[in-house]
Amino acid sequence: MTEPFSPHPLAELTKARLREFVREKGILFWVFAFPLLMAIGLGVAFRERPAEPPSVAVVGGEDVPAVRALLESKELHAKRFDKKQAMRALSRNKVDLVVEWRSNRAVMRYDAMAEGAPLARAVANDVLQRAAGRSDRLPVAARPEKRPGARYVDFLIPGLIGMNVMGTSMWGVGYNLVVARKRRLLRRYAVTPMRRSHFLFSYFISRSTFLVVELAVLIAFGWIMFGTKVQGSIPGVFSVALLGAAAFAAISLIIGARVENTESANGWMNFVQLPMWVLSGGFFSYERFPELLHEPIRWLPLTALCDALRVVYSGEAAFRTLGHEVIVLGAWSVAGFLIAARTFRWQ
Amino acid sequence: MTAPAIFCQSLVKRYGDLVAVNAIDLEIRAGECFGLLGPNGAGKTTTVEMLEGLTEKDSGVVELFGIAWGTGQDRQIRQRVGVQLQDTQLADKLRVDEVFTLFRSFYPRGRTPDELVRLMELEADQKKYFSALSGGLKQRVALGCALAGDPELLFLDEPTTGLDPRARKLLWSVVEGFRSRGGTVLITTHYMEEATALCDRVAIMDRGKIIAQGSPRSLVDGLGLVQFVEFETTSPLDEQAFTTRGLVQAVERRGVRYRLRLDRSLSAMARVLDELARQAVTPVGLSAHQATLDDVFLALTGRALTTEPENGLVVPPPKAPAEAAP
Repeated sequence: MTEPFSPHPLAELTKARLREFVREKGILFWVFAFPLLMAIGLGVAFRERPAEPPSVAVVGGEDVPAVRALLESKELHAKRFDKKQAMRALSRNKVDLVVEWRSNRAVMRYDAMAEGAPLARAVANDVLQRAAGRSDRLPVAARPEKRPGARYVDFLIPGLIGMNVMGTSMWGVGYNLVVARKRRLLRRYAVTPMRRSHFLFSYFISRSTFLVVELAVLIAFGWIMFGTKVQGSIPGVFSVALLGAAAFAAISLIIGARVENTESANGWMNFVQLPMWVLSGGFFSYERFPELLHEPIRWLPLTALCDALRVVYSGEAAFRTLGHEVIVLGAWSVAGFLIAARTFRWQ
Repeated sequence: MTAPAIFCQSLVKRYGDLVAVNAIDLEIRAGECFGLLGPNGAGKTTTVEMLEGLTEKDSGVVELFGIAWGTGQDRQIRQRVGVQLQDTQLADKLRVDEVFTLFRSFYPRGRTPDELVRLMELEADQKKYFSALSGGLKQRVALGCALAGDPELLFLDEPTTGLDPRARKLLWSVVEGFRSRGGTVLITTHYMEEATALCDRVAIMDRGKIIAQGSPRSLVDGLGLVQFVEFETTSPLDEQAFTTRGLVQAVERRGVRYRLRLDRSLSAMARVLDELARQAVTPVGLSAHQATLDDVFLALTGRALTTEPENGLVVPPPKAPAEAAP
């Protein structure tokens, strides 16, 4: 006896969504390759470098011990030049300082407007004085530290995750619905006994599934490429991302509820996303905008998502202690779903 | 007595000032194949979509199996109905058998994807993506989806438009197979030949109204027992001679092409051929045929139904209003 063939509609709808997704190479690129390329580009451009020591051109004083100490010092980058070369190097900003030994004293020449000049002077002066026998009266200990989680990439990776969640949720839900409506596929479903809840829930399940994969890829990538680690809890990061995905899916549902052609859907998608790309601090902190704007920016869903991801990622706060961000994302989710449910059209 | 499969009364749909469907009455019995005919823009699709519960009606009554839409039993109705809409594009990146499984999952019972693949003769294409199929194959998949739930009632909206004759014949045989199992069919078409081949009864629609209804045979016979003789000739024809001598009922001419309407008898035909010989006219491409539904439409509206020069006069396409899209 063979089993009666009775596939479950929710399972089949979800499978169909997943299949369409993985079989569309364009979508895969935008979801996976694009954020990785962004991370590589930005991560490399803004990678941390140890501070360069000041560079100094030394002229004359070949047999003076203090001048020799200057050339040997590790605190700066000193090199011998003749006078003419040295002045040229200074004017071209190739050195921060020129130290010339002239009639038993050191003459420091520098560009008064240059940022590096005061540091170069102070360091060069220190080296010269110590070589001449000055002893420091107050002991000072230097303890250089490398703090994990304080680099730009540590800021960038959660921001990229946030922007990725926004993009995939909006394109994957709202835009997809518009395409299905344009192809008259929604009408076709509407004349079957398919339950509407199954249809919408299949979007939820397939989105969540891919969210897990997307997050895993981005987190792993950040870790392998830049050594960024989730200092906080990984389930916390997933929870925040899921809440963010719900908010953006809901917003895109408003677009998907009515819009009939892909061109205007495109426009609406960008209209919603672009301001947040700029304002919400995905790449750079929104603290740089005037203070007056901070509060409105904090109510944007992407801001809330990125802020929440960053603190949960770095372990500064646990998911359950988040207040403002959860309220913002929850409010967008509920409002979006309610509006979409009232306006949704199958044809 | 069981309720009719489809019942509608005084069905009306307006789009702005355009009355797309103007007070239509239909009653289609279970087991019947009913054809809705008419040119593009006649209101066929709007009518069908109101019957399917897809388009809101403005007024009137629609009942399927005696149940009206919107009385809390819509799902129960849909479980008994299969639909092929005009130009639905199914998901591009699903394979044919996957599409069938998906549609089958919406219904409490039905046919397995394998059965549908065999039924629609899609064995060679069942692993192809929908987007990779030709138009004819896509239509077959669409019909397969409509049959996935083993429906009692099948709506087919211009299922063979744009198909080659072989593909059309396959669809016809599937529809006939469905009927032999007791299914009811409502089909719209602008191919009169298709309606004649498939339908027990037809309704002819024009500009939102039903202008004739009955079996194809009775509609044709309504024109009288006539036949048509058609031919081309470049030599001048004495049309008067045909009519005054009572050989024909009418002569229509378009360019070099003539169409004579005469009594349906061999002797009437013989007299026409004799007269042609007497006038020393050499008819090119001479053909005789009995009246068709096209002739019925032409007689009722003064316009030709199809733009294809299949078996009638070559006429310019009718200036029908564009099909109103919801």
